[in-house]
Amino acid sequence: MSDVVKELDTSGMSCPMPILRLKQTLGTIESGQRLRVIATDPGSQSDFAAFAAQTGHRLVESQVEGGKFIYVVEKR
Amino acid sequence: MADKKIAIIATKGALDWAYPPFILASTAAALGYDARIFFTFYGLQLLRKELDLQVTSLGNPGMPMPIPMPVILQAMPGMQSMMTMMMKKKMRSKGVASIEQLREISMECGVKMIGCQMTVDLFDFAKEDFIEGVEYAGAASFLEFAGSADITLYV
Repeated sequence: MSDVVKELDTSGMSCPMPILRLKQTLGTIESGQRLRVIATDPGSQSDFAAFAAQTGHRLVESQVEGGKFIYVVEKR
Repeated sequence: MADKKIAIIATKGALDWAYPPFILASTAAALGYDARIFFTFYGLQLLRKELDLQVTSLGNPGMPMPIPMPVILQAMPGMQSMMTMMMKKKMRSKGVASIEQLREISMECGVKMIGCQMTVDLFDFAKEDFIEGVEYAGAASFLEFAGSADITLYV
């Protein structure tokens, strides 16, 4: 299993910034590497799943921790 | 994925109406779409280097107001800039990106911006006042792209 190589904190940002920052940050890591993303936007739950479904990047983890949404995305 | 296309027409020059085209185009580009926005009439205001976009509650009974206010008062001098200030403050406090920011990311993500040449001529706009990277074209050019697009929107 690959490890998380980078973390992105989008706390406080509203749609569509978490997705745009996710896309930008995925551009800085290699295929197969994982990115951990923190978000506070409740809409990110459906948006991260929709992003993964449409781009082919894999949403490995999606959970809620103390009012924050934590995602792990593996680059395609 | 790379073949999907979205074509958006932006016709409004108000701060609130500036959001849908830039949000959808930047997100579409992030999802791998070929995204283009055609700016026509008042929509061209969204391409200015120096943006001065405002909101107005006039003719817009759906705008939430901090306190109920008769329409005639909403039309008083200074009200529009006050409402714009309050709207921008609210957006900042809720983490909503500014139009400048969304526009910049859109450009970075490869969203193509097309200005309506006819509108530029009609209002004697100076192209130097608009941001770099804008192309100018007419209806036939837009339709050529929109005709093969998966999504077309008029905002």
